[in-house]
Amino acid sequence: MAAGTGSGSTVSAIFSPVRLWLLLPSWIVIGFFLLVPVLLMLTYSFLTKEFRGGVIWEFSLASYDQFLFDRGLFGDEAPVVKWTYINIFIRSILQAIGATIFCLLIGFPTAYFIATRPIQSRTIWLFLITVPYWVNLLIRTVSMKFLIRDSGPLNELLLYIGLIDAPLHVINTNFAVQLGLFYSYLPFMVLPIYASVERYNFTFSEVASDLYASKVTILWEVILPVVKPGIIAGSILVFVPSLGAFLAPDLLGGAKTFMIGSLIEDQFKGNAGNWPFGAAASMILLSLVLVVLMFYVRAQNKDQT
Amino acid sequence: MIIKTFLSAAALALVANSALAEGKLSVYHWFEYIPAELVEKFSTKYDVDVTVDTFDSNESMLASLKAGTMGSYDVAVPGDYMVEIMVGLGLLDTIAAGELTNINNIEEQWLNVPFDMGRKHSIPYQWGSTSFSVNRDAYSGNINTTDIIFNPPEQLKGKINVLDSQGEVMAMAALHLGIPQCSTDRDQLKSLDALLQSAKENWASFGSDTAKEVLVSGDAAVGMIWNGYGARARAEGANIEYSYPDQGYVVWMDNVVLLNEAPNRANAILFMDFLLEPENIAAVTNYAMYADGIKGSTPFLDAELASSPEHNPRAGSGAGVFVSVCDQATQEVYDQIWTRLRS
Amino acid sequence: MDRTFDIKHYRGFFSITCLCLVILYGPLIIVMIYSFNDSVSITNWGGISLRWYVEIFTGLESAKFKAAAWNSFSIAIMAAIVSTVIATAAAIGMIRGGNFKGKFASFALISLPIMVPEIVTAVATLIFFSTIGFKLGTLSILVAHTVFCIPFAYLPISARLQGIDASYEEAAQDLFANRWKTFRYVLMPIMWPGIVAGFLLAFIISLDDFIITNFIKGAGIETLPTAIFGSVKQGIKPNIMALSTLLLLFSIALVTLSYFIGKRGEANQNTQQ
Repeated sequence: MAAGTGSGSTVSAIFSPVRLWLLLPSWIVIGFFLLVPVLLMLTYSFLTKEFRGGVIWEFSLASYDQFLFDRGLFGDEAPVVKWTYINIFIRSILQAIGATIFCLLIGFPTAYFIATRPIQSRTIWLFLITVPYWVNLLIRTVSMKFLIRDSGPLNELLLYIGLIDAPLHVINTNFAVQLGLFYSYLPFMVLPIYASVERYNFTFSEVASDLYASKVTILWEVILPVVKPGIIAGSILVFVPSLGAFLAPDLLGGAKTFMIGSLIEDQFKGNAGNWPFGAAASMILLSLVLVVLMFYVRAQNKDQT
Repeated sequence: MIIKTFLSAAALALVANSALAEGKLSVYHWFEYIPAELVEKFSTKYDVDVTVDTFDSNESMLASLKAGTMGSYDVAVPGDYMVEIMVGLGLLDTIAAGELTNINNIEEQWLNVPFDMGRKHSIPYQWGSTSFSVNRDAYSGNINTTDIIFNPPEQLKGKINVLDSQGEVMAMAALHLGIPQCSTDRDQLKSLDALLQSAKENWASFGSDTAKEVLVSGDAAVGMIWNGYGARARAEGANIEYSYPDQGYVVWMDNVVLLNEAPNRANAILFMDFLLEPENIAAVTNYAMYADGIKGSTPFLDAELASSPEHNPRAGSGAGVFVSVCDQATQEVYDQIWTRLRS
Repeated sequence: MDRTFDIKHYRGFFSITCLCLVILYGPLIIVMIYSFNDSVSITNWGGISLRWYVEIFTGLESAKFKAAAWNSFSIAIMAAIVSTVIATAAAIGMIRGGNFKGKFASFALISLPIMVPEIVTAVATLIFFSTIGFKLGTLSILVAHTVFCIPFAYLPISARLQGIDASYEEAAQDLFANRWKTFRYVLMPIMWPGIVAGFLLAFIISLDDFIITNFIKGAGIETLPTAIFGSVKQGIKPNIMALSTLLLLFSIALVTLSYFIGKRGEANQNTQQ
């Protein structure tokens, strides 16, 4: 059943004469409604902000300047590097890394455990992991918010069993955002790792065991390198959406400290109303993601050769 | 088979969309600011299908209108200073003399307002004050000072929610420092910036639409809030007291304005006229718990509203002030301070 | 106990798997339970009742929820249909179209909506629509959803197609069937589980979207996520929990459907091979 079996793997060219017509609709739709908009957004990031919203079609580096430099309250001081926005990006990156690590810590053992079940129960376990992925992200975030409120069910339970004396204050903290990101994207980590563990040939483990390697050594030295592509794929699937997340910071973080997603949103839907700056911040986020994806493609190519 | 079912469902969706009520009205409103029953009443009376979208600050409403929703809405409900800004930007349509039959119901003092002399573009909706409420279980000391927000006592630090509303937060900060709004004095502006930066350390969250909820749930012990919204939080069981500080507080009036390029202008006029009827606006007042500026609404108001502590400034409190509109150069500095505060 | 099992088995992994499921399901189950709470307060338990479910359908906000549900489902159905058709064509072109120059670029373009962070797509689309003067409304949401649903529909369809032995089509070609007939009578019956899986995934992705919809929805148009978001900003109310529970059950029904179709597809393929 795997993609590599049978003659399906050899490139079939039955439809190659009409290939162009088959591919054209997707090229046109995505090209016109996404690629062109992204290029337009790039243009916008170099335009001038109009007072009280809107843009003027004049070239300006003001948005990137605002991102990088502080020229004082009145804009007439010598520029010094401004950490405000850089820190928002660093904070978002750290949060995304944190979410990825937490997802990996829980996701790897889970994926491994499921992949080593007998076929019948494996599908049930897998089904259980897949269901939350299909449940609306907003609803899941709201559920998390409900659960961890100061007077929410989690605190009540912990108070009841006497684990804590006073309610834990989690909501509206960075930890709550971290928790929300972890919770949102956990299934993304499990599924790719599962797919690669499933393909792992356990005779390697047996051979290693016959050579008196400990189980930890087998896991670390034999299994991990083989399933690395799955781990990298899962990490990317968690890291990238975490980086630009909006719902978790907004609903769980109290929107006091911005994350990249809420910073951008504020430029368009919120108080700030600075489109060119929002476009510039989006461009910087997009570049970051592209760098990560390039790293991923390179890592994959290296694995294949 | 499945595909056929889906296709027919989709086709049905297209047909059904065109089979709605004859007239339409699109309202851009503050959140939780109009009782659903009243919308229903208007809708039934005039056979108009009303949709209400909500915003949570004057500034975000303006941003959204300028971002391409202008021409989709018929009426909006900006605050006083925002009406002035919108007039300046040419976003508002003019109501011709005689178009509103109930225009004479507007109370004298709200007729010739500085932000819209002679009410050419707007009608009064609600007016009230902006200050803060304090949870009395958390703090029993003196709350008649803006120090509670900007220089809080130890036990309130980290438990303060502040409205995500540039105009009002900056005006409150100016009152706290005793400096004029739209100040151009560099030292005053620097101290304003420094005040907000240091106060932010003690704030837990920014939020307007969450302002009531955080007080009711106890997530915040102090909440900058509008008087009526504070009264509603108290009605929902929060043991809170609304403050009229010594330094003063912000007064505002929200107004229904007629937007340019309104797709359903006639229905917008009907709606405004509807809201000028004492009984209808009283329904808003009873729900939102502020005050309206319409003659003859008093008999329809809940009795306890007039006597509620949120509606009666403390004797000896500071004066209430409206938010001022600054010129571009000054406003850009204020925007800069706000950006620094929020990011 | 045989030795392979022992080698595979790591102590503690079972507990972590259970923990993982508790984390994934805990919040959802709690909300489900509280949606049956009779109390107006979300904190206190006031006995079991269905009042919030009744409220969704008859209460003051019912008109808003109904309109939002209508928008959500009609947009999701249409976006899923269009994107599935486009993705099916693209999958055949990519996987049965032989090797060609720019194959990688074509793949990158088709996957672009997945690679670009959602918030960036939202910003770019808003700027684009506002620049060309495209009026924001249901249509703008539909267009944007169709675009980002294409790769989600493409993935299961192309995966399925890759697993199908090309000899069936080659045999059909040898029997002088034209390309359309080859697709319609040979390829389509084998690949339909992939197409349905792609359709369902696109459907749920469209139904799920909040960020992009929030940016480009026009006046007076709400989808279920934007309506729920607007509502929870002022505090989580019991009726929202009831609404969430209904959506949750709907999602579970869809996954189950998708799962069984996948099963059936596998069985089909196995008998054919």
